[in-house]
Amino acid sequence: MSERIKTGDGGIILTNAEDLMNWARLSSLWPMGFGLACCAIEMMATYAANYDLERFGIMPRPSPRQSDVMIVAGTVTFKMADRIRRLYEQMPEPRYVISMGSCSNCGGPYWEHGYHVVKGVDRIIPVDVYVPGCPPRPEALIGGFMKLQEKIRGKQEAVPGLFLEMEAAGAQAVLS
Amino acid sequence: MTFQEITDIIAGQFPEYAITAETKNPQPALVVPAQGIAALCRFLHEDERLYFDYLACITAIDNGTTAETMELIYNLTSIPYGLDLTLKTIFPRNTAEAVLPSVPTVSHIWRTADWHEREAFDLMGITFEGHPDLRRILLPEDWEGHPLRKDYDAQERYHGIYVRYEDGKELEPSTNPDRA
Repeated sequence: MSERIKTGDGGIILTNAEDLMNWARLSSLWPMGFGLACCAIEMMATYAANYDLERFGIMPRPSPRQSDVMIVAGTVTFKMADRIRRLYEQMPEPRYVISMGSCSNCGGPYWEHGYHVVKGVDRIIPVDVYVPGCPPRPEALIGGFMKLQEKIRGKQEAVPGLFLEMEAAGAQAVLS
Repeated sequence: MTFQEITDIIAGQFPEYAITAETKNPQPALVVPAQGIAALCRFLHEDERLYFDYLACITAIDNGTTAETMELIYNLTSIPYGLDLTLKTIFPRNTAEAVLPSVPTVSHIWRTADWHEREAFDLMGITFEGHPDLRRILLPEDWEGHPLRKDYDAQERYHGIYVRYEDGKELEPSTNPDRA
């Protein structure tokens, strides 16, 4: 790489606000730091030094209020389902969900005889990316994040969904 | 001390109970009546020749609706004497006045029985008379039924979430011969 002298003159990048927002959003996806079962072990391995999710700007947050993405890493039991739904509702918009592993995708090995397992976390919260595997390797989880980044890159909406709903409700109220 | 000697001590102490020894398996077991389990355990715990101070496990078995019985298996250990003893009690699955069977608690003898019995109650629906705090231990407290019983059918919905895999599919009759 040739040496470049910084002149301080700077340059100009032309973009639109939505692309800039999307770029910022997808470059610092902060997941909520929680895990449910053995998939969480793989998730922790992905955070750790060998796979180093930090290089994508992904670092776990201790609170749902600081998180952008929820990784549902493991078996979702009915006892846990209410808590997961509440944690999801506590996250600020825009919020994303990665369903990691067979259990949270569709119930996994518990699909038939597991009376205690929710047969797919998408029965309680909307899911953006499904990562298959039992458990998925760290590469697969990173692949899931890549998919999510692609999804955000193409997004046009820069306004939170709830705000749009309120706007629509307000317009309705004015019309009627 | 051998299993036979322990059996003789117990038989001498409780002549009124019909105690039989099952010795055909590698782990011999004493089959005792369900109503006598608390008194017998109290004796085993306190007798100076035995001193079974440690309850390793309580196992509950449902023998199904054909056999109409359930079993509880108590694994005892005497740490000072290095003895092991297996107690087994067999009782009817349902009685005329109660849907769920009832057995005296041993949680006042060994504190560890408290949670073991709560688990047996949670998953098998065995009630323990005299238990200080017989609540569900694993499942959520508003769960319906006791899942490890042979005649268990999962509820349709839990908090609005469909429990079975196929949403809205009718439950097919079970082919398990143990079920009614």
